[in-house]
Amino acid sequence: MSILEIRGLKASVDGNEILHGIDLIVNPGEVHAIMGPNGSGKSTLSYVLSGRAGYEITGGDILLNGNSIIDMEADVRARLGLFLAFQYPVELPGVSGMSFLRAAINARLREENQEEVDQLAFVKMVRAEAKKLGISDEMLKRAVNVGFSGGEKKRYEILQMALLKPIMAILDETDSGLDVDALKIVSEGVNLLRNPYRSMLVITHYQRLLSHIIPDKVHILSNGVIAKSGDKTLALQVEENGYSGIDDAA
Amino acid sequence: MVATVETISAVEEATGKYKYGFVTDIASEKAPKGLNEDIIRFISEKKSEPEWMLKWRLKAYRHWLKMPEPNWSKLSIEPIDYNDIHYYSAPKSAEKLNSIADVDPELIATYEKLGIPLNEQKMLAGVAVDAVFDSVSVATTFREELSKAGVIFCPISEAIQKYPELVKKYLGSVIPVADNYFSALNCAVFTDGSFVYVPKNVRCPLELSTYFRINEQNTGQFERTLIIVEDGGYVSYLEGCTAPQRDENQLHAAVVELVALTDAEIKYSTVQNWYPGDENGKGGIYNFVTKRGSCRGDRSKISWTQVETGSAITWKYPSCVLRGKNSVGEFYSVAVTNGAQQADTGTKMIHLGEGSKSTIISKGISAGKSQNTYRGLVEINRGAESARNFTQCDSLLVGQLCGAHTVPYIVSRNPSGKIEHEATTSRISEEQLFYCLQRGISEEDAVSLIVNGFCKEVMKELPMEFAVEAQKLIGISLEGSVG
Ligand SMILES: Nc1ncnc2c1ncn2[C@@H]1O[C@H](COP(=O)(O)OP(=O)(O)OP(=O)(O)O)[C@@H](O)[C@H]1O
Ligand SMILES: [Mg+2]
Repeated sequence: MSILEIRGLKASVDGNEILHGIDLIVNPGEVHAIMGPNGSGKSTLSYVLSGRAGYEITGGDILLNGNSIIDMEADVRARLGLFLAFQYPVELPGVSGMSFLRAAINARLREENQEEVDQLAFVKMVRAEAKKLGISDEMLKRAVNVGFSGGEKKRYEILQMALLKPIMAILDETDSGLDVDALKIVSEGVNLLRNPYRSMLVITHYQRLLSHIIPDKVHILSNGVIAKSGDKTLALQVEENGYSGIDDAA
Repeated sequence: MVATVETISAVEEATGKYKYGFVTDIASEKAPKGLNEDIIRFISEKKSEPEWMLKWRLKAYRHWLKMPEPNWSKLSIEPIDYNDIHYYSAPKSAEKLNSIADVDPELIATYEKLGIPLNEQKMLAGVAVDAVFDSVSVATTFREELSKAGVIFCPISEAIQKYPELVKKYLGSVIPVADNYFSALNCAVFTDGSFVYVPKNVRCPLELSTYFRINEQNTGQFERTLIIVEDGGYVSYLEGCTAPQRDENQLHAAVVELVALTDAEIKYSTVQNWYPGDENGKGGIYNFVTKRGSCRGDRSKISWTQVETGSAITWKYPSCVLRGKNSVGEFYSVAVTNGAQQADTGTKMIHLGEGSKSTIISKGISAGKSQNTYRGLVEINRGAESARNFTQCDSLLVGQLCGAHTVPYIVSRNPSGKIEHEATTSRISEEQLFYCLQRGISEEDAVSLIVNGFCKEVMKELPMEFAVEAQKLIGISLEGSVG
């Protein structure tokens, strides 16, 4: 069974239809890349999948592990293992990173009827994961995303993914704003999280990322529909010829 | 810390939205409704007070009759019928208690439900409690241990009899009898409260705490607290308050006076959770309180920390009169309003002494259709050479229908004084909430996280034993404020 199945998905924001019917199947362990011009609806798709308020589904369905999730609140979907690494991570002034991460993990554990994490073990675990992503202890002490540089914010998203261990992760332009070294660190972090039970949707503008995180499939989103799907070579074509050089794309 | 956990589960167990809304079924003795000189004589007699005390009360009452009700705040208040209130109510069993063992088990059970075990074995380590139920103090714990250190901690009614010289010297010395309408009323009819005396160079070995509970219908609570710390002494004191859920408004007009002499320090913390009324503003406590500290000696320090989550209307301005050279006044406040609650709260820092310093950190959180006003005065007088104040006033809005207001008054009569004022207003954004939700955190927990982050600077000033409870309380107060 697929991890994520999107069937004829239509969605509107403020009464404007942005997604005009999207079909997509992601099988266990697969990584799919989504590319597409600015404003084509990539972030919109990620918000619709994760259940953000104000994004109204006007047609179709979304199945996670075979079950429809469109009537579920965002937090319920998250606790089922759906994770979104934000294109623009949000600052939470005053909220310490540690208490935020702990609240998130405990919410997930409660859902699975497991015991909440032990404080000490938790701090150890966070530090270990953070180290892999080049996140300093000092950064962990700060308020969530407050005063982080663009690249730091992106690493912090992947740290959260590593801690929350989702079954379906959506990475929205996690590569934008990363310098060359950071791109490598983050990609390695993501690759470490690849396993036969975890699927990913990687939204990006650049082939560069896809040479690190090698996708099983590539889709081009254009004007709210999937204009073309192919294997990793499709990303190379985009890189060379731009979207206008792709058949059927805008 | 064990007791703190108990407290939280006690909060969770209690039913209803306002978790302290139960009523204790206990026989009580009440004065007839109404306010006149006979009622005041009745109270004074009930308390076996000396003549001077009665005279003082009557003088206050006569002042009060001539005073107009204040109307300068940003509050809209239903008219109060001062003759429709019982000014004295006491649990029948509460007379002349010598030890906790004599306290009515119903009362002990009430305080346990509130998370305040009066049984000394179960108590928070290092915290002595005075429990005030309606008009009288029902229990004071750890008295022996305190008296060994020379610290007096007892009901004020007892202090009037046992330590008349101290009471005469200091009562009304910080807040004069005719200071304002509600304080004058309190002087006339106050029934109980706590008295603390810390002698020279003594660091009070325990946290002191008073727990106020209004139980009876149609009663007012007029408690009176007086804390005196002699040269070089130190005390940390905490008060907590709750009341049952009632449809009519109940008046709570307390007066608290603090006196810090040379090098003395008083840390006064409040966790106020009186019944706030329902969403439409029916019922709830009118919390009209006058609190003032006098930093009388050089280098003395008074620090007010308050977490105000309850009451239909809160009207209070814990203040410092900084008379001593290099004296220090601090005010740390978190005021949460939800539903139809109104709060008009802040502080006054009156600088008289050379080099005196004050800090004001105020965090207002408004949700529902509530109104939350910070009102604060910083006054630097002529003799206050090089006085300094720093004020930070932050407001956080949850939802679209509430209001936050900041009304600072600044008076500077000495050009060497330095006053800094910073203010911000922010809103919990949909983006922030979604970010939390996407991590699996429920909406309520998300609001609680963000709000507790917002008021962290103030919460860290609370005694550790109470910080967790206060955090939880803020979360509960904001339940149902979004979505
Ligand atoms: N609240 C809104 N009201 C109307 N249109 C909106 C709203 N939010 C987004 N849109 C539009 O939806 C379209 C898709 O936006 P989206 O953010 O999904 O694009 P994207 O593919 O992620 O672009 P980028 O590559 O720049 O990140 C855009 O044309 C955008 O202007
Ligand atoms: Mg986007």
